[in-house]
Amino acid sequence: MTATGTRFEPGTFTPAPGAGSHPRMLLTHARIETSLTLRHGEQILLTLLIPLALLVGLSLLDFLPTGELGSLSRVDWVTPRILALAVMSSAFTGQAIALGFDRRYGVLKRLSATALPRWLLVAGRLVAALVVVLLQVVALGIVAALLGWSPSAEGIGAAVVLLVLGTLAFGALGVLLGGALRAEAVLALANIVWFVLLLAGGILMAPSSLPGVLGELVALLPSGALAEGLRTALVDGTFAWDAVATLAVWAAAAGALATRTTKLT
Amino acid sequence: MSAAVEITGLVKRFGAVTAVDGLDLKMPRAGLLALLGPNGAGKTTTVEICEGFLRPDAGTVRVLGLDPARDGAALRPRIGVMPQGGGAYPGVRAEEMLRLVAACAATPLDPAWLLDVLGLASARRTPFKRLSGGQQQRLSLACALVGRPELVFLDEPTAGMDPQARRLVWDLLAALRADGVSVLLTTHLMEEAETLADEVVIVDGGRVIAQGSPSALTAEHAEDAQLRFKARPGLNTDLLGAALPEGYLVRESSPGAYRVAGLVNPQVVSTVTAWCAQQGVLAEELHVGKRDLEEVFLELTGRELRT
Repeated sequence: MTATGTRFEPGTFTPAPGAGSHPRMLLTHARIETSLTLRHGEQILLTLLIPLALLVGLSLLDFLPTGELGSLSRVDWVTPRILALAVMSSAFTGQAIALGFDRRYGVLKRLSATALPRWLLVAGRLVAALVVVLLQVVALGIVAALLGWSPSAEGIGAAVVLLVLGTLAFGALGVLLGGALRAEAVLALANIVWFVLLLAGGILMAPSSLPGVLGELVALLPSGALAEGLRTALVDGTFAWDAVATLAVWAAAAGALATRTTKLT
Repeated sequence: MSAAVEITGLVKRFGAVTAVDGLDLKMPRAGLLALLGPNGAGKTTTVEICEGFLRPDAGTVRVLGLDPARDGAALRPRIGVMPQGGGAYPGVRAEEMLRLVAACAATPLDPAWLLDVLGLASARRTPFKRLSGGQQQRLSLACALVGRPELVFLDEPTAGMDPQARRLVWDLLAALRADGVSVLLTTHLMEEAETLADEVVIVDGGRVIAQGSPSALTAEHAEDAQLRFKARPGLNTDLLGAALPEGYLVRESSPGAYRVAGLVNPQVVSTVTAWCAQQGVLAEELHVGKRDLEEVFLELTGRELRT
């Protein structure tokens, strides 16, 4: 017998089981998810530095086709699109990659063995995604304002609705991808999808500038819908119902599918 | 009060492989049960079914009287789980992770105290992926215990730990048991099972092949007391057998380790040492006694390495 048993006071481990309070679980979970994102160098590059570089570069340099601009200043044209990019970067690509590696490290299994309910496991990630998008929008908004951005005041409310819905839609798609494949496959695919949607998914180029039926299809992608919806809101000051509907459908469909396909490990 | 764990006729298949094949097990409250078995015996599958991660294909499983597949939400707040390997965000700090798991419990232990007790105080701000294997194991154990559970499932809790950490964990497990926590652990360490367990269950091929207290298991064939000694490998065991009376079996169980099975009396010891002296061989670590748990285990599950 090597165990002495003298190291612990009797009664130290007397069972006192029970679940913690849901608000406290949600707060702790969301706080950890948020700070893990903000602490991760590659995530910051993806969610903040690349959108900032594109915002500054496209606003200051003469890259854009003048036909697209019309009477708009470059920063007014660019900013809604960069906000859409920021949402896609954090809620979709960042989320998918983080989830892929979290699964590899067994954290979902660990947490689902606690009293944390399944819905809270998702809610914590969602709250964190919304907090990160808020921080992105504030940072990008400040820089855009310094560059002379003048968004339509009537469209701010619509923009907020679109940003939240866009986060939900892209977040559900990110969970769908990150919860299904091996971590390396998630990493590769999430970056490829990000790049393709950035160039051809209606973010850097307006769907209307694409030839024929392609433009209409791109407007139905979550990237196209979010970018066009934000442009309509922040440039014209109007509420783009079609964009809202498109994002809501994506969020519902991807969310429903993800609840079936997401694997813990 | 219902048993801590009660399993009847459990079957679990993965494709063509039957991982658990009609397993029965009953574990009373406030005891420590060690599940032993070769790799692939079905230990982890059984534990994961008890935790509600896997659904059985047949049979019934009751944990604290609840069905883990159906009543998971009611069961999880009452149990602690230490899975095999991993179990944290790669970038999370040790203390953050433990505080998150603690937040899920109503009256958790103090996370800072638990980290300190487990020798993780200096690593509390270290990201999980930079902890050593043994540190990750200790954090995982802390996560299993922090919620003050009634019942804990520990899948190879001391795997990858150095001897000091292992002894600390053994102390901890003894304290859990003394405080009335039910503990089900899987292990490959016979010493661990022999030291801690009230009940040892040996599993092979997805079934229970032996069970009982460590002393009952090792005493089962007490008349087969035996003499063991070490010497240079390759001694002629037939010659030694011939020097002994009828009915004694001599074999080299592993290179340089010899066993003489049969009733051991002073005459037999004297014959063996005299024979060794004739051969010019020094018999080292001469030992007379009953079998230990490892020998029982090898006898039951075979000595061959499984491929």
